[in-house]
Order: sequence, then C-alpha cells, then structure tokens
Amino acid sequence: MNAFHPFAAHLLVAPILLPLLTAGVMIAMGDRQRWIKSLLNLISAGGSLALALLLLARVATAPTPEAFAVYLPGNWPVPFGISLVLDRLSALMLVLAAAAALAALLFSLARWHRASVHFHPLLQLQLMGLNGAFLTADLFNLFVFFEVLLAASYGLLLHGGGTSRVRAGLHYIAINLLASLLFLIGVAVLYGVTGTLNMADVARKLAQVPLGDRGLLHAGAALLGVAFLAKAALWPLNFWLPSAYAAASAPSAAMFSVLTKVGVYAILRLWTLCFPATAGDSALYGGGALLWGGLLTAGFGAIGMLSSQQLGRLAGYSVITTSGTLLAAMSLDLPDVTGAALLYLASSTLGAAALFLLVELVERGRALEVDPPSADDREDRLPSFDKPAPADANLDDQQVALVGRAIPASVAFLGVGFLLCMVVLAGLPPLSGFVGKVAMIDALLRARGAAPNDFPAEAWTLFALLIASGLLAAVAFTRAFIAHFWALQDRAAPRLRVIEGLPVALLLAACVSLAVYGDRALTYLRGASAQLHEPDLYVRAVLGSQPVPPPAKGGDR
Amino acid sequence: MEIILSLAIGVLVAAGVWLVLRPRTFQVLIGLSLLSYATNLFIFSVGSLSVDREPIVQPGLPADLLNYTDPLPQSLVLTAIVIGFATTALFLVVLLALRGLADSDHVDGQEERP
Repeated sequence: MNAFHPFAAHLLVAPILLPLLTAGVMIAMGDRQRWIKSLLNLISAGGSLALALLLLARVATAPTPEAFAVYLPGNWPVPFGISLVLDRLSALMLVLAAAAALAALLFSLARWHRASVHFHPLLQLQLMGLNGAFLTADLFNLFVFFEVLLAASYGLLLHGGGTSRVRAGLHYIAINLLASLLFLIGVAVLYGVTGTLNMADVARKLAQVPLGDRGLLHAGAALLGVAFLAKAALWPLNFWLPSAYAAASAPSAAMFSVLTKVGVYAILRLWTLCFPATAGDSALYGGGALLWGGLLTAGFGAIGMLSSQQLGRLAGYSVITTSGTLLAAMSLDLPDVTGAALLYLASSTLGAAALFLLVELVERGRALEVDPPSADDREDRLPSFDKPAPADANLDDQQVALVGRAIPASVAFLGVGFLLCMVVLAGLPPLSGFVGKVAMIDALLRARGAAPNDFPAEAWTLFALLIASGLLAAVAFTRAFIAHFWALQDRAAPRLRVIEGLPVALLLAACVSLAVYGDRALTYLRGASAQLHEPDLYVRAVLGSQPVPPPAKGGDR
Repeated sequence: MEIILSLAIGVLVAAGVWLVLRPRTFQVLIGLSLLSYATNLFIFSVGSLSVDREPIVQPGLPADLLNYTDPLPQSLVLTAIVIGFATTALFLVVLLALRGLADSDHVDGQEERP
C-alpha cells in the first residue's frame, strides 16, 4: 500500500523535522547574527517548499487508489503508535503552507524581521505546526500540533508590539485556549467511546459503537467540530478574526491566511473519514449544521466586507467568506463539488496572503500605518518611510543598497496587484478564483442532472450565494480601490522595495498559473476528493502498514 | 467516586465559565485555569475510574480493565497539563502587557461606556 520507495518514505517526516531543526538552531544563535538567520531561514523555507512540491508530485503520479504514503515515526505497530499519512489533500496543504511561509519571510526581510527578536524561529515553528497538523493521522497528535501552531501564532500576532496588537492578541489567545479545551474534551469522549486515537482506527470502530453510545459519540464529535470551526472562523465563532488579522503585522497576517484553512482541513479530513454516507446511523452527521453554518458565514463575511473601511478588516472578512463557502460546499458530500472547492481553497489562500502583504504597502503610501514596527533595544531606530533615506544608507543586512532604489512604478505595481487580488478573491474571470467557483457551480449542476430528485434544496442556496458573495466582494474591493488609488492624487508615490514586491508578485503568479493549468489542478484535486470520499482506502492504507523489521542480528551486512 | 468526580468537574466548569465571561482580564485567566482543571479531570475519567489498580501488566492476571487501569488517559492528561500550563503562562504575560499599555484591566483595554 505504500507508494514510496522504502528510503524515500523517510521524506514524509522531513516537512516537520526541517522547520523544527531550523528553529532550534536559530534560537540557539541568539539575536546577534540577524543576516545569518535570514539566510538560514530563506534556505529552510525554500527547502520546505521544494520538499512539499516533491511530495505533491510523487502523490500526483501514483495511481489514485494507492496514493497514500504512511510513515510510522516510532516504528510501533499501527493503532498504538503515531502515524503520519500523506495523501493528495495533505500534500496540497503542505505546499500552501510552505508557499505562505516563504512569501511572509521574503516580505519580512525588508524590515519586519527586525521588529522583535524571535521572528525567524517563530515563523519556522508555525510552519512546523501546520505541516504536522496536515500530516498526522492521530487525534491527540493533531491536538499537539494544533497547540504548536497556535503557540507560534500567538507570538507572530504579537510581533511588533503596540496596544492594538496586544489587545487583539489577548482576545485571540483566550478564544483559542477555550477552543483547545473543547478539542481535548472531544478527543477524550471519542477515546472513551472507541478506545483508540488513531483516526483510521476510530473510523473503523465507529460502525461497532452500540446504539446506547451513539449519543455520546455524536456529542464528542460535535465538541471536536466546534473546536475546529472556531479555527475555521464559522459564524458566530469568528468575531475575533477581523480585528486580530487586521492588527497583525503584514507577514504574520499572510501566514495566518493558512491558519483558518487548518480548521477547514481538519473538518474535511475527520468528517469524510468518520461520517461518510455509508456510516449507518451516523451518516453525514452534522452535515446540515455545516451547510447552514457555512452559508451564514459566507453571507456574514460578504456583508462585513461591504461594511469595512480599513483594508486589513476587508481582507479579514474576505477570509471569513472563503471559509464559509468552503465549509458549505464540502458539507454537501458531492465529490466533484469538494474537488472544485479545494481549487477555490488553494487560490483563495494564496490570494489572501498576497492581499495581506499588499495592505501594508498600500497603507504605507497613505501614511496611515497602524502601529508600525518599533525597533528593539539592540538596533538603532528603524528608518521611517516618510522621510527620504540618505543616499549612502544601507539598511539591508546583505550589503545591497536596496533603499535608494525606489521603484518608480510603485503605484502601478500596487494598483495592478490589488486588482489581481480582487479578481482572485471575488472569483471574477479570468483568474483561479473564477475557475474554482465555475467548477463548483458546474459540479452542482451536473449533480442535479444525474439525480434530479435527490438534489438537496439547500444546494440552490449555495449556488446563489456563490454568485452573490462574489458580487458583494467585487463591490467592496472596487470601493476600496477607488478610495485608496484614485481619490488622493497629490501625494508622493509610496516607497517600495523589490524584496517587498517580490512575494506579492510570486503569490499572484501562483494564482495565475493555477488558472492557466486549471485543468491539471482540477484533475489532481478531483482525485484528492475521490480519495476523501472513499474512506476505506485511507483506513486500509493506515491499518495495513507494517513497522519496519529490526535489522538482522549478527552484523553480516 | 463517580458522583464526587462529576460534581467536582461540574463545579469547576460552572465557576470557570462564569469567570471567563467576566470583564476583568485576571478573572478570565482564573476562569481558563479552572476550565482546564475540569478538562483534565474529565480526560482522566474516560479511562474508567478505579482505586488501587496499576497500569502495569503483571503475570497471571488477564490484561483487561477489570484488573488494570488504562494508562493512556493518564499520559494524555500529563501532556494536556504541560501544554495548558505553558499557554496559560503566555496569556498571563499578554495580560500584564495589556495592563501596562492600556492602563486598564478590562479585557478590551478600556472601560465600557455607560
């Protein structure tokens, strides 16, 4: 059942170990050699992205039924030890996380990484937590990786300091501590009912749960679901999100655009695994709540986008809209709709990350920055971008005079970038958001064509909402665009650095290529969704994997 | 024993929820701590409550829950305690930072206007 060569199987644990190792080395280095740390972090983040792409390519070329790679980190037999599982969905999420981390890092090299001491290790630990959560196949291990990524995100949210960040951080930490407690209770109830923590084993044993324990099982799953949905920003559990994401520094916010997707991922993974349509009494448990919750969330997000004046809050609400759309689309349990929703997930994650980075650049142009980074004690004061830098200033750690090289077309770059973000996030043609939405609508219509009597009425609501939320988002973005680019003519062009424009351009280029190679991406993601909707494959792959036998004694090798 | 434990969990949760909903940051912190104690006790209780039973298999006795206690929830509790302690400590730091920056111990950094 293992698609990988025995040696290459060890690659599966590398997306967790590489960031952990890098973070450890960087913490040990202290806060002196900042440029070495930047270089190390760049290499490591680039390596993580390359690794994720390699894993994705391997999973994509393996024949669909066998494309599960299972790795047993402790080499214990399966239901007892922790196992890591790579399938098409987790490979996609690994790539998204690494891409966002690399973009955030590149952007931060301009100035944000100097705003407090431990930015570099925190970014790597965040990546490690994300990768671990996407790979693990054990419920409690999932909790541990959730805590790792949350702990790192607390640090990243507070990065840069200032009252608004600390206030938003306090709310964010309190909400996530509560959600973690619910997560623990849910895991404990599931363990009490099934006697196991391995997700595949839980899924297999659910069929044998006696009728008397069903209520307990559903209560545990619901508690677990609430914990994930608070992360995925389902209404009404998302009141903390816009202010937290708007307060966060730009690179942290770009990284956070992946965080809400962790909740969506966990819901998708556990619900397709444990409550498929074939699960008897528990078939599609909670589907209605997910559907209506998702629809309400998407509507809430769209109205929030219309009502926000700050660009940061606009971006935060667009993340909420995306989450709601994804949850509603996935809850229908139609494989093709889920596949298309995954394309929408990929494009909106990249688009939102680019938007969060752009927001700071645009606001800098208006001299309206909220809490610009403050220098820590060891450095001189950071340069103010309002004053022109002296000709001989060299603010870059790598001894390249980047400061004087203001891009003359900086406003053009910002404008075009903002428009592309809007096209991606509102789902307008011709970019990837549009491809994802059209594919979802197409799959809905085909599902209706295949079974006109079986077609849920709620799906029409989703159909209408996909179009309406796109329209509202386009209105909100256009209004923000006019206010930020057309209304004020008489101000100086904002000063941009290449290193700040580069990540935005790269993220948008990824969105463009997702649209250009849309058919390939869709084929891959439909395969991912087909895997998800056949949980038996996953269960058999995990439970069928054997620990590596100890090397033969006698030393005659 | 079941009754005592469930009463303890119930009282802790009730007090914790009430405190978390209060407007002062310190009350929220104590509420979160009480809730995490309740959660830890709850995890402990899913592994079947027993007195004088060890989680170590001995020869001669069948290895089931009649003779032994389940070691897994205990290790889960241990992990949960460590993680909860660390995150609560972090919350405490942020609480103090907000107290210093906003000069108020209200969770929003300023008193509600009447």
